Amino acid sequence: MTVTELVSYEDALASYDPVMGLEVHVELGTRTKMFCGCSTGLGADANSQTCPTCLGLPGSLPVVNATGVESAIRIGLALNCDIAEWCRFARKNYFYPDMPKNFQTSQYDEPIAYDGYLDVQLEDGEVFRVAIERAHMEEDTGKSTHVGGATGRIQGASHSLLDYNRAGIPLIEIVTRPITGAGARAPEVAKAYVAELRELIKALGVSEARMEMGQMRCDVNLSLRPHGREKFGTRSETKNVNSLRSVERAARFEIQRHAAVLDGGGTIVQETRHFHEEDGSTTSGRVKEEAEDYRYFPEPDLVPVAPSREWVEELRAALPELPRLRRNRLREEWGISPFEMQSVLNAGAVGLIVATTDAGAPADQARKWWMGELARRANEHGTELADLPITPEQVARLCALVAEGSLNDKLARQAIEGVLAGEGGPDDVVAKRGLKVVSDEGALGAAVDAAIAENAPIADKIRGGKVAAAGALVGAVMKSTRGQADAARVRELILERLGVEG
Amino acid sequence: MPGITREEVAHLARLARLELKAEELDHFAGQLDDIIGAVAAVADVADEDVPPTSHPLPLTNVMRPDEVRPSLTPEQALSGAPAQEQQRFKVPQILGEE
Repeated sequence: MTVTELVSYEDALASYDPVMGLEVHVELGTRTKMFCGCSTGLGADANSQTCPTCLGLPGSLPVVNATGVESAIRIGLALNCDIAEWCRFARKNYFYPDMPKNFQTSQYDEPIAYDGYLDVQLEDGEVFRVAIERAHMEEDTGKSTHVGGATGRIQGASHSLLDYNRAGIPLIEIVTRPITGAGARAPEVAKAYVAELRELIKALGVSEARMEMGQMRCDVNLSLRPHGREKFGTRSETKNVNSLRSVERAARFEIQRHAAVLDGGGTIVQETRHFHEEDGSTTSGRVKEEAEDYRYFPEPDLVPVAPSREWVEELRAALPELPRLRRNRLREEWGISPFEMQSVLNAGAVGLIVATTDAGAPADQARKWWMGELARRANEHGTELADLPITPEQVARLCALVAEGSLNDKLARQAIEGVLAGEGGPDDVVAKRGLKVVSDEGALGAAVDAAIAENAPIADKIRGGKVAAAGALVGAVMKSTRGQADAARVRELILERLGVEG
Repeated sequence: MPGITREEVAHLARLARLELKAEELDHFAGQLDDIIGAVAAVADVADEDVPPTSHPLPLTNVMRPDEVRPSLTPEQALSGAPAQEQQRFKVPQILGEE
Protein backbone atom coordinates (compact mmCIF):
# COMPACT_ATOMS: atom_id res chain seq x y z
CA MET A 1 0.00 0.00 0.00
CA THR A 2 1.40 3.39 -0.90
CA VAL A 3 1.02 6.23 1.51
CA THR A 4 0.02 9.48 -0.15
CA GLU A 5 1.65 12.67 1.04
CA LEU A 6 -1.18 15.11 1.56
CA VAL A 7 -1.22 18.69 0.37
CA SER A 8 -2.25 21.18 3.07
CA TYR A 9 -5.94 22.02 2.94
CA GLU A 10 -5.23 25.69 2.20
CA ASP A 11 -2.87 24.86 -0.66
CA ALA A 12 -5.34 22.39 -2.14
CA LEU A 13 -8.07 25.01 -2.14
CA ALA A 14 -5.72 27.63 -3.62
CA SER A 15 -5.29 25.46 -6.73
CA TYR A 16 -8.53 23.52 -7.01
CA ASP A 17 -12.29 23.78 -6.72
CA PRO A 18 -13.95 20.78 -5.02
CA VAL A 19 -17.11 19.20 -6.43
CA MET A 20 -19.07 16.80 -4.24
CA GLY A 21 -21.89 14.35 -4.67
CA LEU A 22 -23.50 12.81 -1.62
CA GLU A 23 -25.46 9.58 -1.58
CA VAL A 24 -27.32 8.83 1.60
CA HIS A 25 -29.07 5.56 2.38
CA VAL A 26 -31.82 5.68 4.97
CA GLU A 27 -33.20 2.49 6.48
CA LEU A 28 -36.92 3.02 6.97
CA GLY A 29 -38.47 2.24 10.33
CA THR A 30 -41.27 0.11 8.89
CA ARG A 31 -42.38 -2.94 10.85
CA THR A 32 -41.77 -5.25 7.89
CA LYS A 33 -39.37 -5.58 4.98
CA MET A 34 -39.90 -3.82 1.64
CA PHE A 35 -41.15 -6.80 -0.33
CA CYS A 36 -42.24 -9.38 2.25
CA GLY A 37 -43.84 -9.52 5.69
CA CYS A 38 -40.72 -10.49 7.64
CA SER A 39 -40.11 -8.42 10.76
CA THR A 40 -37.41 -5.74 10.75
CA GLY A 41 -36.98 -5.90 14.55
CA LEU A 42 -33.42 -5.45 15.79
CA GLY A 43 -31.46 -7.97 17.80
CA ALA A 44 -33.19 -11.10 16.55
CA ASP A 45 -31.42 -14.45 16.21
CA ALA A 46 -29.46 -14.89 12.97
CA ASN A 47 -31.67 -15.90 10.05
CA SER A 48 -34.83 -15.90 12.13
CA GLN A 49 -36.45 -13.13 10.07
CA THR A 50 -36.37 -14.53 6.56
CA CYS A 51 -38.85 -16.11 4.19
CA PRO A 52 -38.78 -17.57 0.67
CA THR A 53 -39.11 -14.06 -0.83
CA CYS A 54 -36.16 -12.38 0.92
CA LEU A 55 -34.09 -15.56 0.54
CA GLY A 56 -34.78 -15.50 -3.19
CA LEU A 57 -36.18 -19.03 -3.28
CA PRO A 58 -37.73 -20.16 -6.55
CA GLY A 59 -41.42 -19.45 -6.97
CA SER A 60 -41.62 -16.73 -4.32
CA LEU A 61 -43.17 -13.40 -5.24
CA PRO A 62 -42.49 -9.96 -3.73
CA VAL A 63 -45.28 -7.52 -2.82
CA VAL A 64 -44.33 -3.93 -2.01
CA ASN A 65 -44.87 -2.49 1.49
CA ALA A 66 -47.43 0.34 1.28
CA THR A 67 -45.84 2.20 4.19
CA GLY A 68 -42.46 1.96 2.43
CA VAL A 69 -43.90 3.69 -0.63
CA GLU A 70 -45.66 6.28 1.49
CA SER A 71 -42.44 7.04 3.39
CA ALA A 72 -40.55 7.43 0.10
CA ILE A 73 -43.13 9.90 -1.18
CA ARG A 74 -43.08 11.89 2.05
CA ILE A 75 -39.28 12.09 1.97
CA GLY A 76 -39.47 13.20 -1.67
CA LEU A 77 -42.03 15.90 -0.86
CA ALA A 78 -40.03 17.17 2.11
CA LEU A 79 -37.05 17.46 -0.25
CA ASN A 80 -39.14 19.58 -2.62
CA CYS A 81 -39.07 16.84 -5.26
CA ASP A 82 -41.51 16.00 -8.02
CA ILE A 83 -43.22 12.66 -7.38
CA ALA A 84 -43.36 10.26 -10.32
CA GLU A 85 -46.85 9.63 -11.67
CA TRP A 86 -45.74 6.15 -12.68
CA CYS A 87 -42.52 4.32 -11.93
CA ARG A 88 -41.13 0.84 -11.80
CA PHE A 89 -38.72 -1.19 -9.75
CA ALA A 90 -35.64 -2.59 -11.47
CA ARG A 91 -33.30 -5.46 -10.82
CA LYS A 92 -29.68 -4.54 -10.23
CA ASN A 93 -27.84 -7.75 -11.02
CA TYR A 94 -24.64 -8.71 -9.29
CA PHE A 95 -23.04 -11.75 -7.73
CA TYR A 96 -22.23 -11.25 -4.11
CA PRO A 97 -23.40 -13.35 -1.21
CA ASP A 98 -24.97 -10.43 0.66
CA MET A 99 -28.02 -10.80 -1.59
CA PRO A 100 -29.27 -14.36 -1.97
CA LYS A 101 -31.30 -13.38 -5.05
CA ASN A 102 -28.18 -12.32 -6.98
CA PHE A 103 -29.87 -9.00 -7.58
CA GLN A 104 -31.02 -6.08 -5.50
CA THR A 105 -34.50 -4.78 -6.13
CA SER A 106 -34.00 -1.07 -6.71
CA GLN A 107 -35.15 1.66 -9.05
CA TYR A 108 -33.14 2.68 -12.08
CA ASP A 109 -34.22 5.40 -14.48
CA GLU A 110 -37.65 5.91 -12.91
CA PRO A 111 -37.07 7.04 -9.30
CA ILE A 112 -40.20 7.77 -7.27
CA ALA A 113 -38.93 11.29 -6.43
CA TYR A 114 -36.67 13.61 -8.44
CA ASP A 115 -35.54 17.22 -8.94
CA GLY A 116 -35.65 18.66 -5.45
CA TYR A 117 -33.47 20.57 -3.04
CA LEU A 118 -32.63 20.88 0.62
CA ASP A 119 -31.61 24.18 2.19
CA VAL A 120 -28.97 23.66 4.83
CA GLN A 121 -27.84 26.22 7.36
CA LEU A 122 -24.16 26.46 8.18
CA GLU A 123 -23.02 27.30 11.68
CA ASP A 124 -22.67 31.01 10.95
CA GLY A 125 -26.24 31.12 9.69
CA GLU A 126 -25.45 31.10 5.95
CA VAL A 127 -27.97 29.05 3.97
CA PHE A 128 -26.64 26.78 1.24
CA ARG A 129 -29.01 25.11 -1.22
CA VAL A 130 -28.16 21.52 -2.12
CA ALA A 131 -29.90 20.26 -5.26
CA ILE A 132 -31.38 16.77 -5.03
CA GLU A 133 -31.26 14.64 -8.15
CA ARG A 134 -33.41 11.77 -6.96
CA ALA A 135 -34.68 9.64 -4.10
CA HIS A 136 -35.49 6.06 -4.89
CA MET A 137 -36.70 2.90 -3.16
CA GLU A 138 -34.59 -0.19 -2.73
CA GLU A 139 -33.72 -2.85 -0.16
CA ASP A 140 -30.88 -3.50 2.24
CA THR A 141 -28.52 -6.45 1.96
CA GLY A 142 -27.66 -9.23 4.40
CA LYS A 143 -24.91 -8.97 6.98
CA SER A 144 -21.58 -10.74 6.36
CA THR A 145 -19.14 -11.94 8.99
CA HIS A 146 -15.72 -12.73 7.59
CA VAL A 147 -13.97 -15.61 9.31
CA GLY A 148 -10.34 -16.62 9.41
CA GLY A 149 -8.78 -13.31 8.38
CA ALA A 150 -6.50 -11.23 10.54
CA THR A 151 -8.99 -8.60 11.71
CA GLY A 152 -12.40 -9.79 10.61
CA ARG A 153 -11.84 -8.12 7.27
CA ILE A 154 -12.80 -9.63 3.98
CA GLN A 155 -9.19 -9.72 2.78
CA GLY A 156 -7.59 -12.97 3.74
CA ALA A 157 -10.77 -14.48 5.23
CA SER A 158 -11.09 -18.22 4.70
CA HIS A 159 -14.87 -18.03 4.39
CA SER A 160 -17.80 -15.80 5.27
CA LEU A 161 -21.05 -16.27 7.19
CA LEU A 162 -24.30 -14.66 6.13
CA ASP A 163 -27.27 -13.51 8.20
CA TYR A 164 -30.16 -12.44 5.96
CA ASN A 165 -32.32 -10.78 8.63
CA ARG A 166 -31.38 -7.39 7.18
CA ALA A 167 -31.80 -8.47 3.55
CA GLY A 168 -34.93 -6.76 2.23
CA ILE A 169 -35.29 -4.00 4.85
CA PRO A 170 -36.54 -0.89 3.02
CA LEU A 171 -33.92 1.66 2.05
CA ILE A 172 -34.38 5.05 0.49
CA GLU A 173 -31.34 6.28 -1.40
CA ILE A 174 -31.12 10.05 -1.71
CA VAL A 175 -28.68 11.40 -4.29
CA THR A 176 -27.60 15.02 -4.64
CA ARG A 177 -26.66 16.75 -7.86
CA PRO A 178 -22.99 17.73 -8.02
CA ILE A 179 -22.47 20.30 -5.27
CA THR A 180 -20.38 23.15 -6.65
CA GLY A 181 -19.50 26.58 -5.36
CA ALA A 182 -18.92 25.55 -1.77
CA GLY A 183 -15.15 26.05 -2.09
CA ALA A 184 -13.31 25.71 1.18
CA ARG A 185 -16.61 25.14 2.96
CA ALA A 186 -17.31 21.91 1.02
CA PRO A 187 -16.62 19.57 3.97
CA GLU A 188 -18.76 21.78 6.21
CA VAL A 189 -21.58 21.77 3.64
CA ALA A 190 -21.36 17.98 3.40
CA LYS A 191 -21.70 17.63 7.16
CA ALA A 192 -24.50 20.20 7.39
CA TYR A 193 -26.38 18.48 4.57
CA VAL A 194 -26.27 15.07 6.21
CA ALA A 195 -27.18 16.62 9.57
CA GLU A 196 -30.15 18.46 8.07
CA LEU A 197 -31.28 15.36 6.18
CA ARG A 198 -31.15 13.38 9.39
CA GLU A 199 -33.28 15.99 11.20
CA LEU A 200 -35.74 15.92 8.30
CA ILE A 201 -36.00 12.12 8.33
CA LYS A 202 -36.56 12.17 12.09
CA ALA A 203 -39.17 14.95 11.83
CA LEU A 204 -41.04 12.89 9.22
CA GLY A 205 -40.96 9.95 11.61
CA VAL A 206 -39.96 7.53 8.83
CA SER A 207 -36.75 6.40 10.53
CA GLU A 208 -34.80 7.09 13.69
CA ALA A 209 -31.85 7.73 11.35
CA ARG A 210 -29.26 6.70 13.93
CA MET A 211 -26.00 6.74 12.03
CA GLU A 212 -24.12 4.79 14.70
CA MET A 213 -26.59 1.96 14.15
CA GLY A 214 -26.27 2.03 10.38
CA GLN A 215 -29.79 3.33 9.92
CA MET A 216 -28.35 6.15 7.86
CA ARG A 217 -25.14 5.81 5.83
CA CYS A 218 -23.38 8.24 3.56
CA ASP A 219 -21.17 7.82 0.51
CA VAL A 220 -19.04 10.86 -0.32
CA ASN A 221 -18.16 11.41 -3.99
CA LEU A 222 -15.50 14.01 -4.48
CA SER A 223 -13.47 15.43 -7.32
CA LEU A 224 -11.28 18.47 -7.87
CA ARG A 225 -10.98 20.72 -10.90
CA PRO A 226 -8.50 23.51 -11.41
CA HIS A 227 -10.04 26.92 -10.78
CA GLY A 228 -11.74 28.23 -13.88
CA ARG A 229 -12.30 24.88 -15.50
CA GLU A 230 -15.88 23.87 -16.25
CA LYS A 231 -15.34 20.15 -16.62
CA PHE A 232 -15.39 18.01 -13.48
CA GLY A 233 -12.35 15.98 -12.54
CA THR A 234 -12.37 12.23 -11.92
CA ARG A 235 -14.12 11.36 -8.68
CA SER A 236 -13.50 8.94 -5.87
CA GLU A 237 -16.35 7.46 -3.87
CA THR A 238 -15.74 7.03 -0.14
CA LYS A 239 -18.24 4.46 1.08
CA ASN A 240 -20.11 4.08 4.35
CA VAL A 241 -19.06 7.20 6.17
CA ASN A 242 -21.15 6.77 9.26
CA SER A 243 -21.05 9.84 11.45
CA LEU A 244 -21.47 13.55 10.84
CA ARG A 245 -17.92 14.25 11.89
CA SER A 246 -16.64 11.54 9.57
CA VAL A 247 -18.49 13.03 6.60
CA GLU A 248 -16.62 16.28 7.13
CA ARG A 249 -13.29 14.55 7.67
CA ALA A 250 -13.64 12.26 4.67
CA ALA A 251 -14.36 15.20 2.36
CA ARG A 252 -11.43 17.13 3.75
CA PHE A 253 -9.05 14.20 3.45
CA GLU A 254 -10.06 13.48 -0.14
CA ILE A 255 -9.57 17.13 -1.11
CA GLN A 256 -6.02 16.99 0.26
CA ARG A 257 -5.30 13.59 -1.29
CA HIS A 258 -6.65 14.47 -4.74
CA ALA A 259 -4.65 17.70 -4.73
CA ALA A 260 -1.48 15.78 -3.89
CA VAL A 261 -2.04 13.29 -6.72
CA LEU A 262 -2.89 16.02 -9.24
CA ASP A 263 -0.01 18.27 -8.15
CA GLY A 264 2.34 15.36 -8.65
CA GLY A 265 1.18 15.05 -12.25
CA GLY A 266 -0.80 11.90 -11.48
CA THR A 267 -4.36 10.99 -12.37
CA ILE A 268 -7.16 10.14 -9.98
CA VAL A 269 -8.43 6.60 -10.34
CA GLN A 270 -12.19 6.25 -10.31
CA GLU A 271 -12.62 3.87 -7.41
CA THR A 272 -14.43 3.26 -4.17
CA ARG A 273 -12.51 4.04 -1.00
CA HIS A 274 -12.84 2.99 2.62
CA PHE A 275 -12.89 5.56 5.40
CA HIS A 276 -10.92 4.92 8.58
CA GLU A 277 -12.43 6.36 11.72
CA GLU A 278 -9.16 6.17 13.69
CA ASP A 279 -7.15 8.68 11.68
CA GLY A 280 -9.70 10.12 9.23
CA SER A 281 -7.90 8.71 6.20
CA THR A 282 -9.26 6.74 3.24
CA THR A 283 -7.75 3.78 1.43
CA SER A 284 -8.40 2.26 -1.95
CA GLY A 285 -11.28 -0.19 -2.27
CA ARG A 286 -12.28 -1.68 -5.57
CA VAL A 287 -11.77 -0.02 -8.91
CA LYS A 288 -15.15 0.90 -10.30
CA GLU A 289 -15.07 -0.39 -13.84
CA GLU A 290 -18.28 -2.33 -13.96
CA ALA A 291 -20.82 0.44 -13.43
CA GLU A 292 -22.46 -0.48 -16.71
CA ASP A 293 -22.59 -4.14 -15.95
CA TYR A 294 -25.44 -4.31 -13.46
CA ARG A 295 -27.77 -5.10 -16.39
CA TYR A 296 -30.68 -3.24 -14.85
CA PHE A 297 -34.05 -4.25 -16.20
CA PRO A 298 -37.63 -3.63 -15.05
CA GLU A 299 -38.58 -5.98 -12.21
CA PRO A 300 -41.22 -8.26 -13.76
CA ASP A 301 -42.54 -9.53 -10.42
CA LEU A 302 -43.59 -6.10 -9.12
CA VAL A 303 -46.19 -4.00 -10.89
CA PRO A 304 -45.54 -0.29 -11.41
CA VAL A 305 -46.18 2.21 -8.63
CA ALA A 306 -48.48 5.03 -9.77
CA PRO A 307 -49.24 7.28 -6.79
CA SER A 308 -52.48 9.16 -7.40
CA ARG A 309 -52.19 12.93 -7.26
CA GLU A 310 -54.85 12.97 -4.55
CA TRP A 311 -52.68 10.73 -2.36
CA VAL A 312 -49.58 12.83 -3.02
CA GLU A 313 -51.41 16.04 -2.14
CA GLU A 314 -52.83 14.45 0.99
CA LEU A 315 -49.31 13.49 2.08
CA ARG A 316 -47.98 16.94 1.20
CA ALA A 317 -50.65 18.65 3.29
CA ALA A 318 -49.76 16.48 6.28
CA LEU A 319 -46.01 17.15 6.21
CA PRO A 320 -44.60 18.46 9.49
CA GLU A 321 -42.94 21.86 9.73
CA LEU A 322 -39.46 21.50 8.20
CA PRO A 323 -36.71 21.25 10.85
CA ARG A 324 -34.71 24.29 9.71
CA LEU A 325 -37.78 26.55 9.72
CA ARG A 326 -38.92 25.08 13.02
CA ARG A 327 -35.50 25.72 14.56
CA ASN A 328 -35.48 29.31 13.38
CA ARG A 329 -39.00 29.84 14.74
CA LEU A 330 -38.08 28.31 18.11
CA ARG A 331 -34.85 30.29 18.22
CA GLU A 332 -36.82 33.51 17.91
CA GLU A 333 -39.41 32.39 20.45
CA TRP A 334 -36.68 31.47 22.90
CA GLY A 335 -34.71 34.63 22.17
CA ILE A 336 -31.32 32.96 21.74
CA SER A 337 -28.49 33.36 19.24
CA PRO A 338 -27.87 31.08 16.22
CA PHE A 339 -24.77 29.81 18.01
CA GLU A 340 -26.75 28.90 21.14
CA MET A 341 -29.37 27.21 18.97
CA GLN A 342 -26.65 25.20 17.28
CA SER A 343 -25.49 23.98 20.69
CA VAL A 344 -29.04 22.96 21.56
CA LEU A 345 -29.28 21.09 18.24
CA ASN A 346 -25.92 19.41 18.67
CA ALA A 347 -26.92 18.28 22.14
CA GLY A 348 -30.08 16.71 20.74
CA ALA A 349 -32.14 18.91 23.04
CA VAL A 350 -34.55 20.72 20.69
CA GLY A 351 -37.37 18.22 21.04
CA LEU A 352 -36.81 17.79 24.77
CA ILE A 353 -37.00 21.50 25.45
CA VAL A 354 -40.13 21.81 23.35
CA ALA A 355 -41.74 18.92 25.23
CA THR A 356 -40.76 20.55 28.53
CA THR A 357 -42.32 23.87 27.57
CA ASP A 358 -45.40 21.97 26.33
CA ALA A 359 -45.58 20.56 29.85
CA GLY A 360 -45.78 24.11 31.22
CA ALA A 361 -42.19 25.22 31.85
CA PRO A 362 -40.87 28.59 30.62
CA ALA A 363 -38.45 28.07 27.69
CA ASP A 364 -35.47 29.67 29.42
CA GLN A 365 -35.87 27.40 32.44
CA ALA A 366 -36.35 24.29 30.27
CA ARG A 367 -33.26 25.16 28.26
CA LYS A 368 -31.26 25.92 31.39
CA TRP A 369 -31.85 22.49 32.90
CA TRP A 370 -31.46 20.43 29.71
CA MET A 371 -28.37 22.26 28.53
CA GLY A 372 -26.85 22.59 32.00
CA GLU A 373 -27.25 19.99 34.72
CA LEU A 374 -28.83 17.33 32.50
CA ALA A 375 -26.31 17.73 29.65
CA ARG A 376 -23.54 17.42 32.25
CA ARG A 377 -25.08 14.24 33.63
CA ALA A 378 -25.58 12.75 30.16
CA ASN A 379 -21.98 13.53 29.37
CA GLU A 380 -20.84 11.90 32.61
CA HIS A 381 -22.79 8.73 31.84
CA GLY A 382 -21.79 8.78 28.17
CA THR A 383 -25.43 8.68 27.05
CA GLU A 384 -27.61 10.76 24.81
CA LEU A 385 -29.67 13.42 26.55
CA ALA A 386 -32.85 11.73 25.36
CA ASP A 387 -31.77 8.45 26.95
CA LEU A 388 -31.52 9.88 30.47
CA PRO A 389 -34.19 8.35 32.70
CA ILE A 390 -36.02 11.63 33.21
CA THR A 391 -38.98 12.90 31.21
CA PRO A 392 -39.71 16.41 29.96
CA GLU A 393 -42.80 16.36 32.20
CA GLN A 394 -40.61 15.70 35.23
CA VAL A 395 -38.24 18.51 34.24
CA ALA A 396 -41.24 20.80 33.87
CA ARG A 397 -42.39 19.79 37.36
CA LEU A 398 -38.95 20.70 38.75
CA CYS A 399 -39.16 24.08 37.05
CA ALA A 400 -42.55 24.60 38.70
CA LEU A 401 -41.18 23.64 42.13
CA VAL A 402 -38.37 26.16 41.73
CA ALA A 403 -40.72 28.85 40.44
CA GLU A 404 -43.08 28.48 43.40
CA GLY A 405 -40.14 28.69 45.79
CA SER A 406 -40.36 25.13 47.16
CA LEU A 407 -36.93 24.31 45.75
CA ASN A 408 -33.91 26.40 44.93
CA ASP A 409 -31.48 25.45 42.17
CA LYS A 410 -29.24 23.51 44.49
CA LEU A 411 -32.11 21.43 45.82
CA ALA A 412 -33.46 20.97 42.28
CA ARG A 413 -30.12 19.46 41.29
CA GLN A 414 -30.43 17.01 44.18
CA ALA A 415 -33.96 16.19 43.03
CA ILE A 416 -32.63 15.52 39.52
CA GLU A 417 -30.01 13.24 40.98
CA GLY A 418 -32.76 11.31 42.76
CA VAL A 419 -34.93 11.01 39.65
CA LEU A 420 -31.98 9.78 37.60
CA ALA A 421 -31.15 7.27 40.34
CA GLY A 422 -34.63 5.80 39.99
CA GLU A 423 -36.04 7.14 43.27
CA GLY A 424 -39.25 8.19 41.55
CA GLY A 425 -40.65 11.44 40.16
CA PRO A 426 -39.59 14.89 41.44
CA ASP A 427 -42.30 14.99 44.12
CA ASP A 428 -41.33 11.52 45.37
CA VAL A 429 -37.68 12.48 45.60
CA VAL A 430 -38.46 15.77 47.31
CA ALA A 431 -40.57 13.94 49.90
CA LYS A 432 -38.16 11.04 50.45
CA ARG A 433 -35.06 13.16 50.68
CA GLY A 434 -36.78 15.89 52.65
CA LEU A 435 -35.74 18.54 50.14
CA LYS A 436 -37.41 21.77 51.03
CA VAL A 437 -36.50 25.38 51.08
CA VAL A 438 -36.60 26.66 54.67
CA SER A 439 -39.56 28.99 54.48
CA ASP A 440 -40.32 29.00 58.18
CA GLU A 441 -39.72 32.71 58.72
CA GLY A 442 -38.92 32.16 62.39
CA ALA A 443 -36.15 29.67 61.68
CA LEU A 444 -34.87 31.69 58.77
CA GLY A 445 -34.94 34.89 60.82
CA ALA A 446 -32.89 33.22 63.53
CA ALA A 447 -30.32 32.07 60.98
CA VAL A 448 -30.13 35.60 59.56
CA ASP A 449 -29.67 37.14 63.00
CA ALA A 450 -26.91 34.63 63.78
CA ALA A 451 -25.11 35.43 60.52
CA ILE A 452 -25.28 39.16 61.22
CA ALA A 453 -23.96 38.66 64.76
CA GLU A 454 -21.09 36.49 63.57
CA ASN A 455 -20.10 38.88 60.79
CA ALA A 456 -20.39 42.26 62.44
CA PRO A 457 -17.79 44.07 60.25
CA ILE A 458 -19.63 43.00 57.09
CA ALA A 459 -22.97 44.00 58.61
CA ASP A 460 -21.53 47.46 59.32
CA LYS A 461 -20.41 47.84 55.70
CA ILE A 462 -23.92 47.02 54.54
CA ARG A 463 -25.41 49.51 56.99
CA GLY A 464 -22.97 52.01 55.54
CA GLY A 465 -24.51 51.51 52.08
CA LYS A 466 -22.37 48.73 50.59
CA VAL A 467 -25.34 46.59 49.60
CA ALA A 468 -23.17 44.33 47.44
CA ALA A 469 -21.54 42.96 50.60
CA ALA A 470 -24.85 41.29 51.48
CA GLY A 471 -23.76 38.35 49.31
CA ALA A 472 -21.33 37.20 51.97
CA LEU A 473 -24.09 37.11 54.60
CA VAL A 474 -26.44 35.29 52.22
CA GLY A 475 -23.70 32.72 51.75
CA ALA A 476 -23.34 32.30 55.49
CA VAL A 477 -27.07 31.74 55.90
CA MET A 478 -27.19 29.27 53.00
CA LYS A 479 -24.36 27.39 54.65
CA SER A 480 -26.02 27.25 58.07
CA THR A 481 -29.28 26.04 56.48
CA ARG A 482 -27.40 23.52 54.33
CA GLY A 483 -28.65 25.12 51.17
CA GLN A 484 -32.30 24.74 52.03
CA ALA A 485 -33.13 28.43 52.11
CA ASP A 486 -34.49 30.64 49.38
CA ALA A 487 -31.53 32.90 48.68
CA ALA A 488 -33.64 35.80 47.45
CA ARG A 489 -35.76 35.78 50.62
CA VAL A 490 -32.61 35.57 52.77
CA ARG A 491 -31.25 38.66 51.05
CA GLU A 492 -34.49 40.54 51.66
CA LEU A 493 -34.43 39.61 55.35
CA ILE A 494 -30.80 40.71 55.76
CA LEU A 495 -31.42 44.10 54.18
CA GLU A 496 -34.62 44.52 56.19
CA ARG A 497 -32.83 43.75 59.46
CA LEU A 498 -30.02 46.19 58.62
CA GLY A 499 -32.45 48.87 57.54
CA VAL A 500 -31.13 49.20 54.00
CA GLU A 501 -33.12 49.49 50.78
CA GLY A 502 -32.41 46.61 48.30
CA MET B 1 -28.37 -6.47 -37.84
CA PRO B 2 -25.51 -5.93 -35.42
CA GLY B 3 -23.73 -9.18 -34.84
CA ILE B 4 -23.03 -10.46 -31.33
CA THR B 5 -19.31 -10.82 -31.07
CA ARG B 6 -17.36 -13.56 -29.40
CA GLU B 7 -15.97 -10.96 -26.95
CA GLU B 8 -19.46 -9.91 -25.92
CA VAL B 9 -20.39 -13.52 -25.20
CA ALA B 10 -17.22 -13.95 -23.15
CA HIS B 11 -18.09 -10.77 -21.19
CA LEU B 12 -21.64 -11.93 -20.52
CA ALA B 13 -20.39 -15.35 -19.48
CA ARG B 14 -18.08 -13.71 -16.98
CA LEU B 15 -20.87 -11.55 -15.55
CA ALA B 16 -23.06 -14.63 -15.23
CA ARG B 17 -20.19 -16.64 -13.72
CA LEU B 18 -20.37 -19.23 -16.53
CA GLU B 19 -17.27 -21.01 -17.64
CA LEU B 20 -17.38 -21.43 -21.40
CA LYS B 21 -14.94 -23.24 -23.67
CA ALA B 22 -13.55 -21.59 -26.77
CA GLU B 23 -15.80 -23.52 -29.15
CA GLU B 24 -18.82 -22.74 -26.96
CA LEU B 25 -18.12 -19.02 -27.29
CA ASP B 26 -18.29 -19.31 -31.07
CA HIS B 27 -21.33 -21.53 -30.91
CA PHE B 28 -23.29 -19.25 -28.54
CA ALA B 29 -22.30 -16.11 -30.40
CA GLY B 30 -24.12 -17.43 -33.45
CA GLN B 31 -27.11 -18.65 -31.46
CA LEU B 32 -27.48 -15.46 -29.43
CA ASP B 33 -27.27 -13.47 -32.63
CA ASP B 34 -30.19 -15.44 -34.05
CA ILE B 35 -32.26 -15.01 -30.89
CA ILE B 36 -31.63 -11.29 -30.62
CA GLY B 37 -32.38 -10.93 -34.32
CA ALA B 38 -35.71 -12.66 -33.83
CA VAL B 39 -36.62 -10.49 -30.87
CA ALA B 40 -35.53 -7.37 -32.71
CA ALA B 41 -38.06 -8.22 -35.46
CA VAL B 42 -40.77 -7.28 -32.94
CA ALA B 43 -39.47 -3.73 -32.99
CA ASP B 44 -40.11 -3.60 -36.76
CA VAL B 45 -43.73 -4.66 -36.31
CA ALA B 46 -44.52 -2.41 -33.34
CA ASP B 47 -45.50 1.08 -34.32
CA GLU B 48 -44.55 4.18 -32.36
CA ASP B 49 -47.81 4.04 -30.45
CA VAL B 50 -46.82 0.71 -28.88
CA PRO B 51 -44.65 1.36 -25.86
CA PRO B 52 -42.15 -1.25 -24.70
CA THR B 53 -43.98 -3.70 -22.45
CA SER B 54 -42.44 -4.76 -19.15
CA HIS B 55 -45.69 -5.91 -17.54
CA PRO B 56 -48.41 -7.56 -19.65
CA LEU B 57 -51.23 -6.77 -17.21
CA PRO B 58 -52.49 -3.19 -16.76
CA LEU B 59 -52.07 -3.36 -13.00
CA THR B 60 -50.48 -0.73 -10.76
CA ASN B 61 -50.16 -0.11 -7.01
CA VAL B 62 -50.40 -3.65 -5.75
CA MET B 63 -49.29 -3.15 -2.16
CA ARG B 64 -49.59 -4.88 1.16
CA PRO B 65 -50.12 -3.32 4.58
CA ASP B 66 -47.06 -3.07 6.82
CA GLU B 67 -48.01 -6.04 8.97
CA VAL B 68 -45.62 -8.71 10.18
CA ARG B 69 -46.19 -12.22 8.83
CA PRO B 70 -44.53 -15.32 10.25
CA SER B 71 -40.99 -15.96 9.01
CA LEU B 72 -39.32 -19.30 8.46
CA THR B 73 -37.49 -20.74 11.42
CA PRO B 74 -33.68 -20.49 11.13
CA GLU B 75 -33.62 -24.27 10.63
CA GLN B 76 -36.07 -24.00 7.73
CA ALA B 77 -34.21 -21.04 6.25
CA LEU B 78 -30.91 -22.92 6.37
CA SER B 79 -32.33 -26.27 5.24
CA GLY B 80 -31.24 -25.72 1.64
CA ALA B 81 -27.83 -24.25 2.47
CA PRO B 82 -24.90 -26.30 1.17
CA ALA B 83 -22.96 -25.33 4.28
CA GLN B 84 -23.74 -23.52 7.51
CA GLU B 85 -21.99 -22.36 10.64
CA GLN B 86 -23.26 -20.45 13.70
CA GLN B 87 -26.79 -20.49 12.29
CA ARG B 88 -25.55 -18.61 9.26
CA PHE B 89 -25.09 -19.43 5.59
CA LYS B 90 -21.48 -20.36 5.03
CA VAL B 91 -20.02 -19.17 1.74
CA PRO B 92 -16.58 -19.70 0.22
CA GLN B 93 -13.85 -17.09 0.34
CA ILE B 94 -15.03 -13.90 -1.37
CA LEU B 95 -11.70 -12.11 -1.87
CA GLY B 96 -8.18 -13.49 -1.81
CA GLU B 97 -5.28 -11.93 0.05
CA GLU B 98 -4.53 -8.44 -1.20
